[in-house]
Amino acid sequence: MNWQAIKAIYFFEMNRTRRTILQSIISPVISTSLYFVVFGAAIGARIESVEGISYAAFIVPGLIMLSLLTQSVTNAAFGIYFPKFTGTIYEILSAPVSPWEVVLGYVGAAASKSLIIGLIILATANLFVPLEIAHPLWMMTFLVLTCISFALLGFIIGIWADNFEKLQLVPLLIITPMVFLGGSFYSISMLPPAWQTVTLFNPVVYLISGFRWSFFGLADVHVGWSVLAIAVFLVACMVAIHKIFSSGYQLKP
Amino acid sequence: MGSIVSVQGVTKTYASGHQALHSVDLAIQEGEILALLGPNGAGKTTLISIICGIVNASSGSVTVAGYDIVKQFREARRLIGIVPQELTTNSFETVWDDVSFSRGLHGCKPDPALIERILKDLSLWDKKDATIMTLSGGMKRRLLIAKALSYQPRILFLDEPTAGVDVTLRKGMWETVSRLRDEGVTIILTTHYIEEAEEMADRVGVISQGRILLVEDKQVLMQKLGEKSLSIILHEPVEALPESLAHYQLERTDNGRILTYRYDGNAERTGITRLLGDVAAAGLRLKDLQTSQSSLEEIFVNLVSEAS
Ligand SMILES: Nc1ncnc2c1ncn2[C@@H]1O[C@H](COP(=O)(O)OP(=O)(O)O)[C@@H](O)[C@H]1O
Ligand SMILES: [Mg+2]
Repeated sequence: MNWQAIKAIYFFEMNRTRRTILQSIISPVISTSLYFVVFGAAIGARIESVEGISYAAFIVPGLIMLSLLTQSVTNAAFGIYFPKFTGTIYEILSAPVSPWEVVLGYVGAAASKSLIIGLIILATANLFVPLEIAHPLWMMTFLVLTCISFALLGFIIGIWADNFEKLQLVPLLIITPMVFLGGSFYSISMLPPAWQTVTLFNPVVYLISGFRWSFFGLADVHVGWSVLAIAVFLVACMVAIHKIFSSGYQLKP
Repeated sequence: MGSIVSVQGVTKTYASGHQALHSVDLAIQEGEILALLGPNGAGKTTLISIICGIVNASSGSVTVAGYDIVKQFREARRLIGIVPQELTTNSFETVWDDVSFSRGLHGCKPDPALIERILKDLSLWDKKDATIMTLSGGMKRRLLIAKALSYQPRILFLDEPTAGVDVTLRKGMWETVSRLRDEGVTIILTTHYIEEAEEMADRVGVISQGRILLVEDKQVLMQKLGEKSLSIILHEPVEALPESLAHYQLERTDNGRILTYRYDGNAERTGITRLLGDVAAAGLRLKDLQTSQSSLEEIFVNLVSEAS
């Protein structure tokens, strides 16, 4: 293992975050706070509670997931897309690093960054609504696994994208709708039965459900399914990356 | 001195269908400066990109110090530094951070003293805390060299190192290259300037349309360069050369109106005085004389046009 190289890439990426701290950390925190004001305080005042939990508290896990998913995907995608775009990727390609070391550096940094954002949002949320976390260890596990697996997805998107539009398109057109329709702001049981079935094909439902379970101990689907879903997704991303590297796809002419 | 880089039967066809390299063989000697000379589009960048792992070869193999560049990429790439043709730099990092990054990427522990020396050697020390986007083109080129030197490679590839660099900087670049050579670094540079190959290289490889046409000691090329020719233009054409001129091996052209004599321009005795005396004695009347020197340019143009 070329640990020096992994470290070099990781800190290069983290420094990029530090330089753009306003855009990369403060802005997701502000937008999440706005969600709290709108959904939690304004609308939540009219919704008494969902399954015995105050609405403002109920949306916390979904809001964290919303930020986590979009941040993980865009950070990792941008991290690998940018050197491809400017041409500085030549240095990575000609260095004595294996593809998985490159992944560790970029995906590790993107995941760390969204994990930090997730924790900051959690702390912020706690200012609006007092939270009690039923299964803190499981909460951290979901948090970390989500960050890693969606950063892997972002890495794939960054390699696949050959222009800025494609880079923005996936988070905007796929991730955001999936999170909104995945039960971030409502319980699946509030939907008509037909839609409940349709929703079960949305992988994000399992994530949010499992994450919410770690907070309040209740879930839309059994937590076992949530763990399985995220594990399958993680493995699928790793297989895809392995295929990309063994073919040189989009990286080496 | 054995060969440190060995390229065997490497071909490259890009996804576009364009064949950029046709079965290239090349042996690079340890410690030498090899210039790859060829016009734009010849395949120079493609060839060195394959050796460095930036482009996949379509077929053939490359070894670096005996290590296969695909199967033993770690060992091979540890030895190689590359300075790309385009000024592909980061923008927002500082010079110091960027050079340190390159060192780490190649698996080396931090060594601030070394990086300080490299930056000083390349006159970038006063820019160490500047962000890269504030550097001039020449500074960016030197930054790319500093990055490649930060992990002390044994082989350094310089792709058109003096393109877009002004005269004083070019001199500095040449000094850097010869200092590295003195330290034992093998250097491969590509260029389409003949003077550059002439000035810096020990050996010159001529490449055109994806084929290496020759690899020759620069001295041997210079010998060819020393050859001069004298054209004697006559008033009246001659049908056949007189017996007395036979041993000069003159070439008759323009229907016998021009006689060309080839001689070594560096020699003590060129034979010109005797030749002109014999020409006059044979009763031929001179209209004009013309001498010319075959340049590396000419050798090059001949080679390239022969190949196509
Ligand atoms: N990525 C690429 N895709 C398709 N064709 C390419 C690519 N890179 C280079 N070429 C073509 O391959 C040939 C050799 O290019 P290159 O190696 O850059 O030449 P040189 O460095 O000698 O100028 C050129 O005709 C160029 O257009
Ligand atoms: Mg080139």
